[in-house]
Amino acid sequence: MLSTEIILFVSLCYLGALFAIAYYGDKRADAGRSIISSPYVYTLSLAVYCTAWTFYGSVGRAVRSGPEFLAIYIGPTLMATLGWVVMRKILRISRIHRIASIADFIASRYGKSVALGGVVAVIAVLGVVPYISLQLKAISISFLLLSHYPEGAVAVRFGSLSFFKDTAFYVAVLLAVFAVLFGTRKPEVTERHEGLVAAIALESVVKLVAFMAIGLFVTYELHDGMADLFSHADHRPDLRDLFTLEMSAGASVDWTAHVLLSMLAIVLLPRQFQMAVVENVDEAHLKKAMWLFPLYLLAINVFVLPVAFAGMIQFGGQGVDADTFVLRLPLVYGWNTLALLVFVGGMSAATGMVIVETIALSTMISNNLVMPMLLHIPTLRLGRHSDLGAWLVAVRHAVILMTVLLGYIYFRQTAEYYPLVAIGLVSFAAAAQFAPALLGGIFWKGGTKAGALSGLIAGFLVWLYTLVLPTMTDAGLLPLEFIREGPFGLHWLRPFHLFGLTGLDTISHGVFWSLLINTGAYIGVSLFSEQSVLEKTQATMFVDVFHFSQKVENSAIWRGTARVQDLTSLLERFLGKARAQEALDAYAQKRHMDRNQPLTADPGFVTHVEKLLTEVIGSASARVMVASVVTEESFGIEAVMDIVDETRQVIVYSHELEKATADLKAANERLQELDRLKDEFISTVTHELRTPLTAIQSIAEILRDYPDTGKKEQGEFLEIMINEIQRLARLINQVLDFQKIEAGQMAWQVTALDLGRVIRHAVTATRQLFVEKNLQLTVALPEQVPQISGDWDQLMQVMVNLISNAVKFCDPHAGRIHIAMVHQDNILAVSVKDNGVGISEEAQALIFQPFTQISPAGRGRPQGSGLGLAIAKRIVAFHGGAISVQSAPEQGTVFTVTLPVDRTGGIQ
Amino acid sequence: MALDSLCNKRLIALFLLGYMLLNNPLLSLFNQPSMVWGIPMFFGYVFGVWLLLIILIRLAVNSVASSS
Repeated sequence: MLSTEIILFVSLCYLGALFAIAYYGDKRADAGRSIISSPYVYTLSLAVYCTAWTFYGSVGRAVRSGPEFLAIYIGPTLMATLGWVVMRKILRISRIHRIASIADFIASRYGKSVALGGVVAVIAVLGVVPYISLQLKAISISFLLLSHYPEGAVAVRFGSLSFFKDTAFYVAVLLAVFAVLFGTRKPEVTERHEGLVAAIALESVVKLVAFMAIGLFVTYELHDGMADLFSHADHRPDLRDLFTLEMSAGASVDWTAHVLLSMLAIVLLPRQFQMAVVENVDEAHLKKAMWLFPLYLLAINVFVLPVAFAGMIQFGGQGVDADTFVLRLPLVYGWNTLALLVFVGGMSAATGMVIVETIALSTMISNNLVMPMLLHIPTLRLGRHSDLGAWLVAVRHAVILMTVLLGYIYFRQTAEYYPLVAIGLVSFAAAAQFAPALLGGIFWKGGTKAGALSGLIAGFLVWLYTLVLPTMTDAGLLPLEFIREGPFGLHWLRPFHLFGLTGLDTISHGVFWSLLINTGAYIGVSLFSEQSVLEKTQATMFVDVFHFSQKVENSAIWRGTARVQDLTSLLERFLGKARAQEALDAYAQKRHMDRNQPLTADPGFVTHVEKLLTEVIGSASARVMVASVVTEESFGIEAVMDIVDETRQVIVYSHELEKATADLKAANERLQELDRLKDEFISTVTHELRTPLTAIQSIAEILRDYPDTGKKEQGEFLEIMINEIQRLARLINQVLDFQKIEAGQMAWQVTALDLGRVIRHAVTATRQLFVEKNLQLTVALPEQVPQISGDWDQLMQVMVNLISNAVKFCDPHAGRIHIAMVHQDNILAVSVKDNGVGISEEAQALIFQPFTQISPAGRGRPQGSGLGLAIAKRIVAFHGGAISVQSAPEQGTVFTVTLPVDRTGGIQ
Repeated sequence: MALDSLCNKRLIALFLLGYMLLNNPLLSLFNQPSMVWGIPMFFGYVFGVWLLLIILIRLAVNSVASSS
């Protein structure tokens, strides 16, 4: 037995340590160096799901019905697999819309409805009060057991104690005080309670350690390991019974019902929503939590069965409450320290739950019940309060105290009649009522406010009727006939067998009917009701949240005029002068605007003010407050949907625009290049055309002006003129040919020809050129040359071009040109070799390009159009061949043309 | 986003698998009072599937991590 003083001392030390951690956590958060920004802390904070119910009640449940206790942990595990799909969406929505609670979420989704927020808040409080009372009961009983062991003090009926003697009362007060201290120091509710999260993470660790400790003690100290314990159990029929679930048909439904319930509870219980959504620091933490959290649940359940069996073996038949096995077993064997550790673990579990739950509830009540009520009661005239922020905090403190008090009252009236687990499941069923509205709301745009409201109210009423009212009979507040015969003797309205449905336990029965009617009303009424403009917008923004960028501003929703002064004073009333100023300055800076200048606010500013207010009083009330200073223009649904759609489409189209811009840029560059080439071409060609024309004109003028010129001279002049005309013709033909080839419009005339003959003709045609310069030209052709298919004229042109190039680059009187042809491997290779100046390597790369000419050093400007080799290249290519050059400065040049003999593969 | 949706599909499949395995009628198959390796069969089955699910969730989630 432990003295009360020691127990109290240890407890206070522990709570003090928790508080210190919370304080430290908040301080670090303010300094910007958060200690909770870790997925492990996030996961541990989610473990607030395991309360005194888990700690004490699981063993009790295991003793009563075997494996059934596991169902409420399987549910969260299954929900964890959907975490990425469901939770991530909720997280994203909550971040964008500054959601601070479930009531806020649901209200915001259905058009920022004040009514819905209020209904959710009421249901949450009434649903959770039994759960709180459960924790109070657990702490009180464990405290009394520990301090009064082995006397049977726990047999006292709590209801008969005056509450000054009632431990539970002091426990309640203590818990309330701690909740107040932990959670509600600043008015903004979306500012995270980092300290709270840190403290909860720690207490989750303590819970796990304590339960593991008792588990290990039981398994390895009291017995010889798991195998020994289980074989012991195997030999006792009452224990063997606990190996399996009950076989009846109803029982199997119960398992499923509990699994489903806990799946919903892990998301919808106010404390879970608070920890998982509101306090979430980083979406990415979800990934680790999805498997770590089920692992935690598994770990804390491993030893439940061994403890249950050991307890039965020890206390079987003595009428001991199985919920207390975890504490009694170490006490029986005198392990007082372990018992103290277990007590601390259980207390940890309970306090964590109460603190977080009451904080979440206080937010909901203050934002969604109290604020709206006050706004609508003109007599209170909020205008008189200059500092509403502090006032709000006071309201929240009051709500916390009141909620815990309600839990205490419920505990005294009814809780002692029920095992812990049954009470807890009733709360789960209450939280489950939010499922259609919330989960439906994030996937179905058609869910309307009217539908959500009907579903919630209907479901809640059925919950009350089937699960809460009956508990009043056991407490003596309602006659028993109510249960047995139904109200006013109407059998089909019996609370445990509504409409005659039998075979389910009370929880499954209640859950079935309440959810059925809730969902039915939600869907049915939604299908038949209209949505307001705001509802439609909110629905789109919630359901399609992943289609919008992270920073979408719904600034377009407000269309109206407001004075900046009004908005500023509104903010100041809630945030205080200093914080309001801070926030507005930050906004002005971001928008590069001078805040003092404009008198009327633009929609963006109005929305920003609304957002800031949402953080303090929730979205529904914030909207009302801002609306009170904005004279709003009404506008139709098309306009709003246009705006919303626009935002979405803009994001989609901007991607396409980017692509199109890139394409256009590339095309523009290409065009510019072509333009440049065209200019080059024009300048070259016009010059080339002008030169012979000038010469022709001069000569013609001479002949006209001097008719007395001698016949011989006339003949010479005419010769020059003819040459120039020919040159002009050649030039024009070249350009035309090039253009035709490039455009693919060349009319090739393909015949079978003898390349040798082509060469010889070309030589004859150019004889003039090399004779003039006194160059030597030799030709080496094989005797037998296979015929190839080709265009005679074009191939002639190629050869002529090569020969004339060679002539150009040779020194007069010393130049030698050698043309050779070789037939090898089905290819004819024609080479034109000269011993002229040669071509440098850089120039070699350029000569085949159109309009590019190289001037042989010291030979003056190059003549021609620069197209000769370019055309030659294309002609050769047409024939399926290739042209190449080998040269080095001062070492002559060899041009080689290869043409395939193969008929089929040659011509294109 | 395409890979994201593949992950979603995997997770949903995992959910359905877990739901089927841990509910009737499959559950009732293991609802026997016999012992397997010194552990009552039902418990062994539930804890075993539970652990398996955790591992599979971890694998599925890691592939999300590598894509984003």
